[in-house]
Amino acid sequence: MYPELGQMALILALLLATLLAVVPLIGSLTGREQLQAFARPLSAGLFVFVALAFAVLAHAFMTDDFSVAYVANNSNSLLPWYYKFSAVWGGHEGSLLLWVLMLAGWTLAVAVFSRQLPPAMVAQVLSVMGMVTVGFLLFTVLTSNPFDRILPNVPADGADLNPLLQDFGLIVHPPMLYMGYVGFSVAFAFAIAALINGRLDAAWARWSRPWTTVAWSFLTLGVALGSWWAYYELGWGGWWFWDPVENASLLPWLSGTALMHSLAVTEKRGVFKSWTVLLAIVTFSLSLLGAFLVRSGVLTSVHAFASDPERGKFLLLLLAITVVSSLTLYAFRAPVVHARARYEGLSREVFLLMNNVLLVAATLLVLVGTLYPLVLDYLDMGRLSIGEPFFSLTFSPLAIAAGLLLGAGIFSRWKKTDGGWLGRKLLWPLAVSMLFTASVLVGYGEFKPWAFAGIFSASWVVIATFFDLWEKSASRKGRLHGLRRQSRSYYGMVLGHLGMAIVMAGATVASNYGIERDVRMSPGDTAEVGGGYQAVFTEMGSRRGPNFTAEYGRFEILDSDGQLVSVQFPEKRQYLVQRSVMTEAAIDAGLFRDIFIAVGERVSDDAWAIRVQYKPLVRWLWLGAIFMAVGGFLAISDRRYRLREKVQKSVEPPAARDSEQTPGKPAGATS
Amino acid sequence: MHPIRKKRLTIVLFLVVGVSVAVALTTYALRQNINLFYDPSQIAAGEAPVDVRIRAGGMVLEGSVIRDPESLQVEFKVTDFTSSVLMEYTGILPDLFAEGQGVVAMGRLDGGGRFVADQVLAKHDENYMSPEVNEALEKAASKRAGEGAGQVETSAGY
Repeated sequence: MYPELGQMALILALLLATLLAVVPLIGSLTGREQLQAFARPLSAGLFVFVALAFAVLAHAFMTDDFSVAYVANNSNSLLPWYYKFSAVWGGHEGSLLLWVLMLAGWTLAVAVFSRQLPPAMVAQVLSVMGMVTVGFLLFTVLTSNPFDRILPNVPADGADLNPLLQDFGLIVHPPMLYMGYVGFSVAFAFAIAALINGRLDAAWARWSRPWTTVAWSFLTLGVALGSWWAYYELGWGGWWFWDPVENASLLPWLSGTALMHSLAVTEKRGVFKSWTVLLAIVTFSLSLLGAFLVRSGVLTSVHAFASDPERGKFLLLLLAITVVSSLTLYAFRAPVVHARARYEGLSREVFLLMNNVLLVAATLLVLVGTLYPLVLDYLDMGRLSIGEPFFSLTFSPLAIAAGLLLGAGIFSRWKKTDGGWLGRKLLWPLAVSMLFTASVLVGYGEFKPWAFAGIFSASWVVIATFFDLWEKSASRKGRLHGLRRQSRSYYGMVLGHLGMAIVMAGATVASNYGIERDVRMSPGDTAEVGGGYQAVFTEMGSRRGPNFTAEYGRFEILDSDGQLVSVQFPEKRQYLVQRSVMTEAAIDAGLFRDIFIAVGERVSDDAWAIRVQYKPLVRWLWLGAIFMAVGGFLAISDRRYRLREKVQKSVEPPAARDSEQTPGKPAGATS
Repeated sequence: MHPIRKKRLTIVLFLVVGVSVAVALTTYALRQNINLFYDPSQIAAGEAPVDVRIRAGGMVLEGSVIRDPESLQVEFKVTDFTSSVLMEYTGILPDLFAEGQGVVAMGRLDGGGRFVADQVLAKHDENYMSPEVNEALEKAASKRAGEGAGQVETSAGY
């Protein structure tokens, strides 16, 4: 009886979403405020009913209601409770419901935190969010109902959750990722509302900025969690495979990063308006493209749950409607707006423009590399795959160039920057990062051009960031006072840039100086790991888990002095219900290196294939992502966003430029 | 020049330079890194290039897996039930690698018709069959049927 309630709730939510998509929009176009006022209550109602449906599905999982087909396919009574809960989004239907829940949540958040916005604007933004929600709710109800029953032959037990997904990473990875994907719908809704109004001003940029930053922060965490999960669960120690599904999450991240920076220019200087709107549309479309790639079954991977062509068609239709209608609107409205502000050939605007060019180029590269094989296959022109070398070759130079530009851009000023002055500023950071990079390479004992470029670029960013912080914090009342005077959004930027540098350093060092060896080992054997470490295989044992049996190896990790560092137990699990084998790697994790051991197949009676890996700085990949996300959250907690309400009441034109200190303006010592 | 025009020109120049660099890099990298798929029949017929990184796949022939007793080297035959190709690989095979299962391998053909793999992929779960392998089996089956070679064998999934 509960599942039927869930389905009712979904249908009611669909009705409310339809009303939300239509009524406030009509109100805003006809200027009838009673209709506009419907936006907030409808958003709240929408959220309540979607949340209800989600709760019903979660309840069905927790109580092992195998009469629900989705539960029967993705759960089992032996599953621990936390995996039963995360199994709610372990399959296609449930993950779609999670997606809709997030969408309704973001809509509600906009409704709640938009008191200071003009009512017509709120009405339009919420209406656009409503339209997006209608699309996804229709998709859920028509093609992927999670509440379908198997009656009367209710299975005695469920088919179990895919063992790959029985992991902490899966509990948190999809919600974070979806928060990001779906969060860009807010930036999209703001952009569409601004296009409808024809008002692309600084106020619009300022309103959509914090939303974009939050969505981006979540997406950063989501992508990083995916990479971390792949590293220890799936990848035998690899952390990025340029798999189409991974690329699908990277695409909106790249264009979202470009959007964040271009929004900053639009807010501060009132230029790049049309470009920013276009990026907002593109970013959300790429999120939808990601959903299509992952959910439609055009790809076969862990993420592609079901290959139902109907679903693919529906998502493609949704994507096409979104892209075509928003670009049509853009084509008609965008040329209306003109930038009046001026800037010179060398200025912060131009640096940020180049950053955008690089990010968009990177987006296009990844897009081409991801879609080209699919399109070719669809046209029946042969099957081919584009692997990691393509992406490394093309993506790395762009990332390095972005880092170099970033370091220089930090010192640049709005409107006009003197070339000679900038050159003199950069001299010290240049010298210091050269020296630092050289010493790092000597430390790793081998010169590799790519490693040099990557480490140089990363340290260049870090050193330039700290130089800038040092100069800005100069104050007559002392350094500490100067540091405290900087705004939170400035610190957010500092953390974000440091995070980017940390990721670059981690990626460069881990891929250039990592050591990976597959060895044949019997108990008693010792294998060289790299970095001076050794792994001693002492014995093989077996144990029983809640829903699996496992064979495990015992490995002692010794450092170069023969001292015991840790004991590791990598496992080979046999899951009982799905009868599948899973490799659980054991990792001795550290800030500067990971030692990774995984047991492969048994090659003879007493010998196993063992993979041992030495991974320097691999943790930095995820540490950097945490820096970026924290930076994002810090930036939106800035005073100027919280004080908006007061400012709004006293100063009528919302476009008034704020005079307080902002990350863009170099303050303090200037020469 | 008028400052606005100058600014526009800068933007356009940046875009042109950026896009052309990206296009140049992409085409270069694509030319180097496209891995075409060949099925065992094509390899047996000599259609696949020698010493170029390609992908090949099919079913692992029952009873064909031979392990080296000293190292992690392993040899196996991959078949589409018409022709088969001998593969050699050193390293850890995926969890779902088994005789009678579909695999796709990346590697190079040496002069003697032996495929030296540097990567072996097996299917992700029990229900999944790599589309390449499926197509190869289907093609080989229909070819045999076309030659009137007795019984028509239907491949898995069809």
